[in-house]
Amino acid sequence: MAAEKASWVHKDRSMELQKKMIARHFERLERAPRCGEPVVYTFVPGNLTELIRSFGALPVLPEINALQSGMRGKSKDYIAAAERAGHSEDVCTYVKCDIGMLKSGNIGPTGTKLPDPDLLLLSYTGCYTFMKWFELLREEYNCPTVFLQVPYQGDGRLAPEHREYITDQIRKDLIPALEQVTGRSYDEDLLRHHLGLAAETEDHLVAVLESAKNRPSPIDAYFGGVYYVGPIFSAFRGTEEGVEYYKELRSEVEARVAAGLGPITPDGPLNDQRFRLVVEGPPNWTSFREFWRMFSEEHAVVVASTYTKVGGTYDFGFRHDPDDPLGTMADYCGGCYTNLNLPSRIDMLVTYIRDYEADGFLINSVKSCNSFSAGQLMMLREVEKRTGIPGAFIESDLVDPRYFSAANIKNRIESYLQMLAARAGAA
Amino acid sequence: MKCFVGIDLGSTTTKAVVLGSDGAILGRGITNSRSNYDLAAKVAREEAFITARFGLLRQKVEEAAGPQLLDHLLKAFRLSQTLAQLHRLRQLVADEIERTVADHLSAGALAAINEIFDATETEEEAWFADDDPEPRSDFFRDAAGSAYMRYAEEIADPDGVSFDLLVGLYDKCIIRVENEPLELGFRHHINSALQRIGDPAEVDSAVQAARDAELEEEKTVGTGYGRARLPFPKEQIRSEILCHGLGAHTLFPGTRTVLDIGGQDTKAIQVDGNGIVTSFQMNDRCAAGCGRYLGYIADEMNIGLHELGPLAQKSTRYVKINSTCTVFAGAELRERLSLGENREDILAGLHRAIILRAMSLLARSGGIDEEFTFTGGVARNPAAVKALRQLCDETYGARTLNISADSIFTGALGAALFAHREVRA
Repeated sequence: MAAEKASWVHKDRSMELQKKMIARHFERLERAPRCGEPVVYTFVPGNLTELIRSFGALPVLPEINALQSGMRGKSKDYIAAAERAGHSEDVCTYVKCDIGMLKSGNIGPTGTKLPDPDLLLLSYTGCYTFMKWFELLREEYNCPTVFLQVPYQGDGRLAPEHREYITDQIRKDLIPALEQVTGRSYDEDLLRHHLGLAAETEDHLVAVLESAKNRPSPIDAYFGGVYYVGPIFSAFRGTEEGVEYYKELRSEVEARVAAGLGPITPDGPLNDQRFRLVVEGPPNWTSFREFWRMFSEEHAVVVASTYTKVGGTYDFGFRHDPDDPLGTMADYCGGCYTNLNLPSRIDMLVTYIRDYEADGFLINSVKSCNSFSAGQLMMLREVEKRTGIPGAFIESDLVDPRYFSAANIKNRIESYLQMLAARAGAA
Repeated sequence: MKCFVGIDLGSTTTKAVVLGSDGAILGRGITNSRSNYDLAAKVAREEAFITARFGLLRQKVEEAAGPQLLDHLLKAFRLSQTLAQLHRLRQLVADEIERTVADHLSAGALAAINEIFDATETEEEAWFADDDPEPRSDFFRDAAGSAYMRYAEEIADPDGVSFDLLVGLYDKCIIRVENEPLELGFRHHINSALQRIGDPAEVDSAVQAARDAELEEEKTVGTGYGRARLPFPKEQIRSEILCHGLGAHTLFPGTRTVLDIGGQDTKAIQVDGNGIVTSFQMNDRCAAGCGRYLGYIADEMNIGLHELGPLAQKSTRYVKINSTCTVFAGAELRERLSLGENREDILAGLHRAIILRAMSLLARSGGIDEEFTFTGGVARNPAAVKALRQLCDETYGARTLNISADSIFTGALGAALFAHREVRA
């Protein structure tokens, strides 16, 4: 049985690098109040890390902390603490995990204490829960808060007036607020420098993600992919460390392509890939490895995923542009995956299935995350219609271990893959 | 004769189907799933081979002695199996008394259980002699348990050998009987069955042929929730969704939609003209509204599971039930009773609520096509079938609804068909 298997231990240099980067970041965050470094709490979708960095401030991303707590087995107790404080069972479990962590001493996932925020920055309002989340944190920390209103891409594009509307808010609301909490003046040259580094990291990341077009795919673009996007989605986009990490990662992946090797999974290398899948929706974090094994044991590799685009749809061409600093940040805020309308998300899935020559696609629906789950069944039907490939639908949760039913999910995944095999056999 | 076996290890029952080399069904077997899955699979398989041998007998015996003799022989065979199990249960209970019951109670307890088992055996003999017996559960645990409890209640003495003591002895020992490999096969009981019906000479050669027939297991495929526990390599395991799809297609080739309501999950499946699954949806982690829910309701009402549907059929209206939560099944029922609703109408509402939940899964899987098939244990329940027909008519209009009398074996049939297809391919 899966649980009894010894995990495959293999660490690429990029993995070691990432581990050290994250540890250093959290240590720096712990020292921040003593060192006088300001701290900005913000979310992954639409995060303005380059701007925050240009003010000498450090970003904290609560949903990254929540998912890390989930992976490290801490979320159950944090969620219980939040529920004791009155948060309902139906509330997004990232929120409850974060609130519970706060109530339990605000010790971050690596074991160091997180500093209080000097500013709460919400730069993507498409997720209504994010707004409520920061309202709750504002009550706790009583600190300045900036909410950027980001228009939804209802027509499948960000209209010029929408772009202008976001740019105005960055100029008139956000930059003055950052100047006030950091005591520094806006330095556009420094911002351009960070944006240039961001574009460089984005190029490397896209090369890594697109390597999955190879057979065998050298990466798993979902389970491995969430590790690959970790630095760029959190504190390291637009930094020298970020560039170094992605260069290293890219060279490792290119070496695997040259050698015809697959990715490393919890059970070792997956070179014999029988199913190439596209996945929509976030993963479950509390049983992450068990979830991954349900795929790798069946020789299924994920070649593209939408979740790895919540912090930027770089593979569709977006790059941070140092020549248009405020405009590019507006484009970025409005272009995050969950701000796309349903037809755009469907187009993206269809494109992935076609370009990555996928055998199937699977939706992991998280009921407590409406940003993702609303409309997913409709998307499933439409993608099936347009590609002629049947999709699979499973349900789990982000970081509440109570909502991961291993037998049920395994049953669905196995059934789906056997269905694909039966279809292929009949063709 | 080469045979192909499918085993469906479900959460409540374990089923087996044996196919001949031409793919025709030779036999079916069912038992209650228990803590020892390997044994449950073995018992179901053995039962399927027993019915396969009776199948081999049927034509010859009917030709030689008419149709009633074979039914009589089969009943005698079942009695012989039951008496063997009762005998073993009695031994174990007696041993348990000797080991665990206080000295001043042990003689009384021994006398009590002998009285209970004597009465139960007499009841079994009466069942055999009755030409039109009441329907009852297929499982030894249920039939033996029901009789044991009745007699224990009658003879228990609150100041001596109490009902609790007797029930405790039964609970411990029934698990042991179920989990030890008793010899219950065709060759072990056919002689005793023949003796009981007077050793009719005209069936001798047919019985001999059925006994000696070599049923060679060419390939076995397993499915169901416990499939990972089956002692087969991974290649011989299939998802029950695929098995129900293929099984339903084989029983009713025009089927394009399949609804399976099992013990702990409900599946809505779409299949193509070859029985290959094209889409499916199943309930998520919560087993609300599945077969186990009906089991809890039956327990709450202190009636048999098989009695629920017929009782609900007597309703004149249905009570609107919103929750099909298995955990709250009892609370829901008691609340409705306390509001003055009658049992039949509540049950009709409960059945409708289960089917409403299934309708949502059907819609998500792609709706109900022209011809659809209802499989799984709940398809045996007439009230569930009635609610399904009504809701299907209301939502999709007239559709052909297929239900096989052997619907509970659909998954095992699909597994056996996979075994057959693979060897023939």
